[in-house]
Amino acid sequence: MKRKVLLVCGCLTAAVLFTGCGGSSAGENGEVNVYNWGEYIDEDVIGMFEEETGIKVNYKTFDTNEDMYPIIANGAADWDVVCPSEYMIQKMMDNDLLMEINYDNIPNISNIDPAYMDTVKSFDPDAKHSVPYLWGTVGILYNKTMVDEPITGWDCLWDEKYADNIVMMNNPRDVFAPALISCGYSLNSTDDQELSEAAALLTRQKPLVLKYTTDEVRDMMIGEKAAIGVIYSGEATICKDENENLEYVVPEEGSNVWLDCWVIPTTCKNKENAEKWIDFLCRPDIALKNFEYIYYSTPNAAMLDLIEDQELLNNDALFPDTSVLSRCETYHYLGEDVEEKYNNLWKQVLSE
Amino acid sequence: MYKRSVSYPCILWSAAFIIIPLLFIFYYGLTDRTGAFTLSNLAAIATAENSKALILSLGLSLLSTAICLLLAYPLALILSGSKIGRSGFIIFLFVLPMWMNFLLRTLAWVVLLDTNGVLDTLCKLSGLPRFKIINTPAAIVFGMVYDFLPFMILPIYNVISKIDINVVNAARDLGANSFQTLYKVIFPLSLPGVISGITMVFVPSLTTFVISTLLGGGKILLIGNVIEQEFMKGTSWHVGSGLSLVLMLFIIVSMALSTKYDNGEGNVL
Repeated sequence: MKRKVLLVCGCLTAAVLFTGCGGSSAGENGEVNVYNWGEYIDEDVIGMFEEETGIKVNYKTFDTNEDMYPIIANGAADWDVVCPSEYMIQKMMDNDLLMEINYDNIPNISNIDPAYMDTVKSFDPDAKHSVPYLWGTVGILYNKTMVDEPITGWDCLWDEKYADNIVMMNNPRDVFAPALISCGYSLNSTDDQELSEAAALLTRQKPLVLKYTTDEVRDMMIGEKAAIGVIYSGEATICKDENENLEYVVPEEGSNVWLDCWVIPTTCKNKENAEKWIDFLCRPDIALKNFEYIYYSTPNAAMLDLIEDQELLNNDALFPDTSVLSRCETYHYLGEDVEEKYNNLWKQVLSE
Repeated sequence: MYKRSVSYPCILWSAAFIIIPLLFIFYYGLTDRTGAFTLSNLAAIATAENSKALILSLGLSLLSTAICLLLAYPLALILSGSKIGRSGFIIFLFVLPMWMNFLLRTLAWVVLLDTNGVLDTLCKLSGLPRFKIINTPAAIVFGMVYDFLPFMILPIYNVISKIDINVVNAARDLGANSFQTLYKVIFPLSLPGVISGITMVFVPSLTTFVISTLLGGGKILLIGNVIEQEFMKGTSWHVGSGLSLVLMLFIIVSMALSTKYDNGEGNVL
């Protein structure tokens, strides 16, 4: 009998240990569990937040929206504040995974350019769930010494002279977007006919592609392993800093523009701390510190006044002029069935 | 006789990290999004792209198992017969790389095999034909053989080095030549090690998705990649679990074959 009691105690201890990760080491004012994109913050900012507020930050990162979603949806961990892209926010709202944010606790939201709050309304109609963090475009990064003429549109991705010199992203929607746009369709297409046309185009492209990868585009372009890569604008800026032969362009046919926002999932256990976290990141000096580290465009209008380097403000990849934005489109959440369609078509392309 | 309580930590461990996760896979694999019972997740293996991925996986893992066997058997034979082999030093050299994470070792192969990588540059400088196997099935087989070779060598070496030398001497006394001794005496006696090695190479090769992602450039879809994609890129844990169950069938068959031939001596790992 005694042995059984011991066993039960052991089980309970194990259960407590496994579920309460980090619970014992909370700061004096509690903790906040932050789930963010990889390489998407200056990590010094985390320490500054902890020091100023006395709140312990448990910080973890994800690689794609699609990686993050099942973890939140299945309640695999209790995250207090997450930073997904717009179409994923829409999906999370549709599935009742988000709490309303109390904007009274986020006075620094006044620093955000109202124009972006309008964009928020395209996926979060009442603008009650999201606080814009960073935004950017998807475009083409190319090596000026390795291409014959300046790249202006998506058609170079199907040009046979660049065989084995093209790097594509490796998730269904980012791969399909260039193909759909090249066919003259919306990147939010749900039409079977349009999607299979795009899939056929991607199948035709596959022999020319050197690699499908989302994480390695940056290193491959800097290392001149490929001439042309599809990439996010922020990463493109970093690449250009490292290798002056590189140039970034948002194709003339249009592209994807994305807006990543902080949201609070229903699994949140420290809502006030989560709001303090969001408010902290909206502070102009913190936004600037982040910006200087990750180089994605910011919706923080107050921060722009703090930038002294005029050349940086003229950087098209960072602050594209409005004509670029007007030809770009945000992703919409298309529903699980259509998502599965994209996924299956992408598998078909890969298995060819 | 040990007390039974000694096994409790192991039982607890298996329950928490093997049995319960397996039950989850069964649950997801046999239900749809609404939670209703369905077999459609298992049937998903029959779609053109999934079955193609499965067949490719089976082909590549059989090929790499065969290559491992061809490389490992003569080596184990030589090592078990030589003084330096018996001292364990060469075996130690084979185990040594396993002290390093296999992901890092595979990444190192990406650098070596890459276009303008180390091997390609050497070929270019020496005027040989360019070395272009990165992002092809050949590179994946290469990676599998490299990563899993020790798992083939160790059990075979272990079994062969335990064969009683008197049995071999008796065969020679009775007039068998070297080849006949190998074919009729040593090989049958080493079979448990061979079978154990085959299982230990075949199963991880069949299920790998990291090697194919890194060395296949994301262009080659193995069944492991399909399952990874269902879990990570899509959101269908149900289909992913269903496909895992199908894959489990193949693994159980190969394990069953191995226990049939294996008397236990080959299991060194």
